[in-house]
Amino acid sequence: MRTEDLIKALVVDLTVSKMRFQHILLGAITSGAIIATAVFLLRLGVRPDFGHALDSARFLFKFVFALSLIIAAAALLSRLAIPGVSAGFWAWGWLLAPALLVVAVAAELFVTPAESWQPRLVGSNARVCLTLIPLLSIAPLACIMLALRQGAPTRPGLAGAVAGLVASGIAATLYASHCTDDSPLFVATWYSLAIGLVALVGYVVGSRALRW
Amino acid sequence: MGLRGAEEEWALLMRAAINGDSSAYSLFLASLTPALRTVARRNCARIGLDSCEAEDVVQEVLLAIHLKRHTWDVDRPIGPWIMTIARNKLIDARRRRGNRPTLPIDDLADILTAEGTDDTMDRQDLDHLVGKLGERQQDLVRSLSMEGHSIQETAKRLNMSEGAVRVALHRAIKALAALYRGGDQ
Repeated sequence: MRTEDLIKALVVDLTVSKMRFQHILLGAITSGAIIATAVFLLRLGVRPDFGHALDSARFLFKFVFALSLIIAAAALLSRLAIPGVSAGFWAWGWLLAPALLVVAVAAELFVTPAESWQPRLVGSNARVCLTLIPLLSIAPLACIMLALRQGAPTRPGLAGAVAGLVASGIAATLYASHCTDDSPLFVATWYSLAIGLVALVGYVVGSRALRW
Repeated sequence: MGLRGAEEEWALLMRAAINGDSSAYSLFLASLTPALRTVARRNCARIGLDSCEAEDVVQEVLLAIHLKRHTWDVDRPIGPWIMTIARNKLIDARRRRGNRPTLPIDDLADILTAEGTDDTMDRQDLDHLVGKLGERQQDLVRSLSMEGHSIQETAKRLNMSEGAVRVALHRAIKALAALYRGGDQ
């Protein structure tokens, strides 16, 4: 078959498609977040003292951390999945979330006595955290992966890992409102571990499923 | 045609194609192909691939450009988008042959300044891949490409609805891209 013949077939296959990839990705992140929120509200729900907790800086910081992770990772992801667009600022922008975490940990160590560090770090929900964040990530990760198959990531594994960061960021935001461990020491240890796990799954899935 | 000129023309044609203008799309692919061919040949020679494999790379790049055209942001220049796709496919081709993945691949300027070569080779590879499609899909692809029939004629001949022909063609094109990639469809 000559290349000219292939071109004929491609031209016949042309359809009007004004939907751009950015919209597909944004739609996938939104639907993943909606599904995860629905699952969360039906099965878990926010902690009983939610209204009271809103006065606590530690409690609020968990959302600052998780939301900054979602935004920075999503911005990076949309660049990784489009050919010929450089990541630019966002190649490093995702470090904002861990940087905020380091500052919060330093502040926590400064204002709390050393004897309290261990119980604050271990908390009471470590295992729950390590289970629920990955579980709540499943729907967002699946939605984002499906969207990424429409994209064209030059590095499929990396795109999959960053998809894992977005998905676990959504999960961490939800889980943060349920969990009663608010110390940055707890967040830095167990949230990071759970998020890293989801990113690893994203990497493995991505390097297989996102080739094009 | 100057460096900017070619890129701007391609962008213009592709924007029209996205809005459904198939003659613009045909022009776009026809104008892009000779440039892609030169780049593919030059790079294939440099990275130790047989120069006749270049035409396979050209066809694979065209398939990818077609299937991923929604990833081009219409407000951005089209050159880097095309170049990245072409480079990816060259890297894939090299990897499939088990060659060292360290040699650099020529850059964008090469696509845009390339003197187009219009001579086209009949490629066994694509025929071989088309042969792996189902019988009906093969019939349909040949009818719409080599035989140059319209959707209406093909639908009538194969006793299918026009919608079904369109769907089957799109599936066949996706299947061909997957076969090129190494058969994970």
